[in-house]
Amino acid sequence: MVASVTNLGRSGLYDWVVQRLSAVILALYTLFLLGFLIASPDLQYGQWQGLFACTWMKVFSLAALISICAHAWVGMWTISTDYLKAAAIRFAFQLVCAGFLFVYLVWGIDILWSV
Amino acid sequence: MNSNRPTNLDLTTIELPLPGKASILHRISGFILFFAVAFMLCALAASLESAESFAELKSVFDNGLVKFITWGILSALGYHLVAGVKHLLMDMGIGETKEGGRTGAIITLVLGVIVIVLAGVWVW
Repeated sequence: MVASVTNLGRSGLYDWVVQRLSAVILALYTLFLLGFLIASPDLQYGQWQGLFACTWMKVFSLAALISICAHAWVGMWTISTDYLKAAAIRFAFQLVCAGFLFVYLVWGIDILWSV
Repeated sequence: MNSNRPTNLDLTTIELPLPGKASILHRISGFILFFAVAFMLCALAASLESAESFAELKSVFDNGLVKFITWGILSALGYHLVAGVKHLLMDMGIGETKEGGRTGAIITLVLGVIVIVLAGVWVW
């Protein structure tokens, strides 16, 4: 039995829901950005900066950023508990993942709020 | 469970069925995307900092290696998205049978290839 103290919601069902909700947000964000880039083949800085200056885009981007962190945590946690049997190595791997995600979150917020 | 049962979990000797292949590719693409986020944030930061850094970023995309990495990330993202949508459809009870799972895996792999080719056309 794998210790469940490191999974996101202490329960598999909660993780399952988080994984799906964040997936839907990330899919919508990806398709929106893809559509925007395809609709503007000769993208200029002003247009791009203008998009990210909108409050709704900041909120949408932040939702995607938080979703990345939650989604990636559940995914990497699952990978680590599937393949890394030695507890010390598994915890070390999870710690590195958490470090990456923390940096992504702070860095992402910094990027979004300096526009 | 009877612990004396023979088990074979040696991945190098297991021939995965199609849904298994679609699934492990979903996992691998997700693993790649975990690290790709760093590149994406780098590009986002440069694209938004100033008009100069935006122009600089655009010129960086002329580099062959950068194009290749971009294509790789878009491929991982595209496949992960397609396979993820299949997951959500199966959650709704669509294609849950053994045959349905196989059909879903074929559709996922075919759409994945199409998305990867389209991403390549877009980048180059």
